[in-house]
Amino acid sequence: MVMRIDCKGMYYRILNKIIRDAINEGETEFILDNVNGQRYIGNGINNDVKITINGVPGNDLAMFMNGSYITVNANAQDGVSNTMNAGEIIIHGNAGDVVGYGMRGGKLYIKGDVGYRTGIHMKEYKKKVPLIIVGGTAGDFFGEYMAGGIMILLGLDKNEDTPIVGDCIGTGMHGGVIYVRGEIEEHTLGKEVSVFNLDKKDEKILNKYLKEYCDYFGFDFDELMSKPFIKLLPISSRPYGNLYAY
Amino acid sequence: MASQLPPEFIVKIDYDHCRRCRRCVMNCSFGCMQFKDKVVPDHKKCVACHRCVTFCPESAITIAKNELAYKENANWLPEVRQNILKQAETGGILLAGMGNPRPFQILWDHMLIDACQVTNPSIDPLREPMELRTYLGKKPNLLEFTDRNGEVDLATTLQPQIKLDVPIVFAAMSYGAISLNAHKALALAAKRSGTLMNTGEGGLHEDLYSYAGNIIVQVASGRFGVHSEYLNTSAMVEIKIGQGAKPGIGGHLPGEKVGEEISKTRMIPAGTDALSPAPHHDIYSIEDLSQLIYAIKEATDYTKPVGVKISAVHNVAAIASGIVRAGADVVTIDGFRGGTGATPMVIRDNVGIPIELALAAVDQRLRDEGIRNNASILCAGSIRNSADVAKAIALGADAVVIGTAALVAMGCRVCQNCYTGNCAWGIATQKPELVRRLDPQVGSERLSNLLKAWGNELREILGSLGVNSIESLRGSRERLRGINLDEQTLKLLGIKPAGIGQ
Amino acid sequence: MRSNCYIPSGCAVSGMMSESGKRVDGSDIIKSIALMHDRSNGLGGGFAAYGIYPRHSDEYAFHMMFDNISVKESFEDHFKDRFDIVLDEKIPIRPGAVFEDKTSGRYNGYGTHPIINPPLLWRYFVDVPESKMKFVSESEYVVEEVMEINSTIDGAFVASSGKNMGVFKGVGYPEDIGVFYKLDEYKAYIWTSHGRFPTNTPGWWGGAHPFSLLDWSIVHNGEISSYGINKRYLEPFGYKLELRTDTEVVAYLFDLLVRRHKMPIELAVKALAAPFWKDIDRMPEPEKKIATCIRQVYGGALLNGPFSIILGHNRGMVGFNDRIKLRPMTCARKDDTLYMASEESAIREIAPDLDVVWSPRAGTAVIGELNEEVV
Repeated sequence: MVMRIDCKGMYYRILNKIIRDAINEGETEFILDNVNGQRYIGNGINNDVKITINGVPGNDLAMFMNGSYITVNANAQDGVSNTMNAGEIIIHGNAGDVVGYGMRGGKLYIKGDVGYRTGIHMKEYKKKVPLIIVGGTAGDFFGEYMAGGIMILLGLDKNEDTPIVGDCIGTGMHGGVIYVRGEIEEHTLGKEVSVFNLDKKDEKILNKYLKEYCDYFGFDFDELMSKPFIKLLPISSRPYGNLYAY
Repeated sequence: MASQLPPEFIVKIDYDHCRRCRRCVMNCSFGCMQFKDKVVPDHKKCVACHRCVTFCPESAITIAKNELAYKENANWLPEVRQNILKQAETGGILLAGMGNPRPFQILWDHMLIDACQVTNPSIDPLREPMELRTYLGKKPNLLEFTDRNGEVDLATTLQPQIKLDVPIVFAAMSYGAISLNAHKALALAAKRSGTLMNTGEGGLHEDLYSYAGNIIVQVASGRFGVHSEYLNTSAMVEIKIGQGAKPGIGGHLPGEKVGEEISKTRMIPAGTDALSPAPHHDIYSIEDLSQLIYAIKEATDYTKPVGVKISAVHNVAAIASGIVRAGADVVTIDGFRGGTGATPMVIRDNVGIPIELALAAVDQRLRDEGIRNNASILCAGSIRNSADVAKAIALGADAVVIGTAALVAMGCRVCQNCYTGNCAWGIATQKPELVRRLDPQVGSERLSNLLKAWGNELREILGSLGVNSIESLRGSRERLRGINLDEQTLKLLGIKPAGIGQ
Repeated sequence: MRSNCYIPSGCAVSGMMSESGKRVDGSDIIKSIALMHDRSNGLGGGFAAYGIYPRHSDEYAFHMMFDNISVKESFEDHFKDRFDIVLDEKIPIRPGAVFEDKTSGRYNGYGTHPIINPPLLWRYFVDVPESKMKFVSESEYVVEEVMEINSTIDGAFVASSGKNMGVFKGVGYPEDIGVFYKLDEYKAYIWTSHGRFPTNTPGWWGGAHPFSLLDWSIVHNGEISSYGINKRYLEPFGYKLELRTDTEVVAYLFDLLVRRHKMPIELAVKALAAPFWKDIDRMPEPEKKIATCIRQVYGGALLNGPFSIILGHNRGMVGFNDRIKLRPMTCARKDDTLYMASEESAIREIAPDLDVVWSPRAGTAVIGELNEEVV
């Protein structure tokens, strides 16, 4: 059964309580209409449920989320997937700043652009490898402090003069991998990362996830792959080993 | 006359471990270590320069204070009695090197720095831009622009500005007071770190001409080595009026130090005493200073800032204001703890005021008069660490000047015997066998390391303050609090006591 | 590890401007700021409105707050010698007001916070007497008088002093403040608003945003970490910073740079949220020279710390962020209306179908200008 909620004028605490209570009673699928600005949707949900959001969800969408599947049919605001552990989020629009902060598992597929500090301090541990794919462009500090996981930036439908990504890319990065479909100017790279060519393993990763991505948003996979990618990796897993005296 | 003075230090040798390699004997430049079957120290000659300690391969040497008991007397302290003995024996003025060592309250240590918590975020200096770049020179109070059909351009032309990558410059120390190798190390480090060294008043050796972009050339009362080429081989010219360690006192480089190279550089015959008069004899008043400033600007075709260095004296704020109005682009204030190669001890230890108070007074005075932008302020006189740098900048300095700290980085142990010319570390000496001990490359690396470390610490401080550019700290006294300071001092420093919020 | 993690809450800002000068009442801006209720804590809210006094558009409109009637009397003794008062009247209010519309931003079930204990609120439409302008310009004279009132008349506070504009602010949640001031009965072509979460500065009526001087008004989300030096930079130019808050420096900096130093607004923003040296070093000339000189000369004006700011003035509305974008700002357009807010949802609340939505880059101003015939 699908539970449909008209969220017009509904305060977030009430909305999220309705969702939690329904999940406790066995509900597994929700459609939220007229969402606008409600915070914390999907926050801390440990069950395998499906939530479709019509409208702009508020900050900290899917924070601490652990295993659900969320679709947003609009833009999302700041703090999407904050410290998320598992699950999947599909955003048919843009997302704001600080997307995927401390994310340590699950997948985040964004059709459009993202703001500043995407994937900041994303980390991986053993089999938990978080993934963010951004269809459009990204702001500054993309992959800042990144400690693990995978980020793919596609730069689809962008203006000629808009750079695919802003400044200070991967600054402080010491784990994980970033793939960018296009060129990056050297001066925009953080001092802890370098550009590498793709190998077979990378192509396997891109094939696997981008096919899935294209299916969600109806992009043509072959066309997407027709432009070369570069790979960014940290130079060291201990970039600050020599910072301190003795 | 035989001296009645007891030795100041006792040199202890662990003969069980001493392997009699005589490295200590070779290294001691004060004649303290002799070898007679075994190493025998002459305690009286030891100055605690630690050269022997550092080079002993067995760590078999320690130096202790001579804990000679005196009949207790809070008034007639041992050093007071010893100084009288010295003067009774010689009839001489007591000489001293380095800065004022007396236990005055160190105001830097009574100021604490703010940090961000919650309401504004701290910034991670390692990963986000954190700017220390500073420009020295006169700035106008406002910029004017032209607009030609939407093409905006600058109508104002700025006077020359000197770029510093780190807001720390090396202090004026003359070739003569220190060795050529020390000068070379400073110049190399200044270039490598994007900052400036200062020739001091002894001219610029030809070997250093290629570092012109990182050199402040000084014009002092003795005018040693001052000529048109010298003035133009520089980033900036500084007129030295006073020095923190010896306000109102001239200088004297003894003839025995004036060898061939110094003679060439200072343009005086070898072996003659190099005397610096107490005042400039073309500056008896403030309008004369203006005359000299513009004389130098004419000689350098207005391509370089001209600075003026003064010691921090009671009326420093009004003097600094006069200096700015006289046309100086940079004012250097040297506090009463500033160093020297040689000065009468009575002057070093009793004249001048603390740099913290002087700096606060000058910055506030220039702001009150609306002329703070007209000159940069350099703060000198015992800047010991990056916290001092941050506090000085928060009080209002554009950048700080380090002399003693730079010497220590090169090996100086602050034994305060610079005036003897026996510096065991090759710094404050002209004896070729001692000068050789300081490798300019190694020295510059140590200096650059120091600036790099302090720069990184400054970035940490800025980050914790939640700002990413040094100009947001400069003059921001709101980010300082005083601890254990009386109300009057707090007022003079322009800071609130710890425990009071914004 | 030191964190620069950004706190997704704090103050809220929202602004809207009709470029063609179409005037709308205050209900929309109230709704927009109400949606972001949780970004403020009930200790301050306010609005600036432009174009609200067309019948008095040539007179300076002083919005005043007085602690009590005797302060008002002593203020008037002082004021009447300095200005020609064309009209003075009580600012209409609804005491005990509460915002009652339905919004997802707030839940009245937990209790409401009606606006109580307001100061005495009065407005004066005034001309500057000819005799006062012998040595200073009219605007300079007004600035000096505002500074004098705020610093010398204890218990009196100038909330705004511009022409054809006014600031309505106080202690409370912003949407309640909006209802309190009957903003639904005013029509403006620019509205800005602010919900405050005061931390560093006490919650008092004068301390709420917007901060205003002449026609400049500032709403600001974040904290100015460089306040200490910004204040000391401004003081020698005659500005008296008495309001115990960091935001007033922004209003005064715009007044200094744009009005007094005649700097174009986009360059003033380059002083306040300056580009990094590494980016300046890569700029082509003359851009590089201009940016370098601005930083060299206006270092004391650099605003540091997290902020998003909306500046209102008689010719338009400007939004900009700090240099590394530590505070959010979303901009949008629908027909001739430009919107700016801390959250996209706050714009969607009043304009669900937008033509375009974007987030400006750090340090890059979004400059909205009224069409010339409006100005």
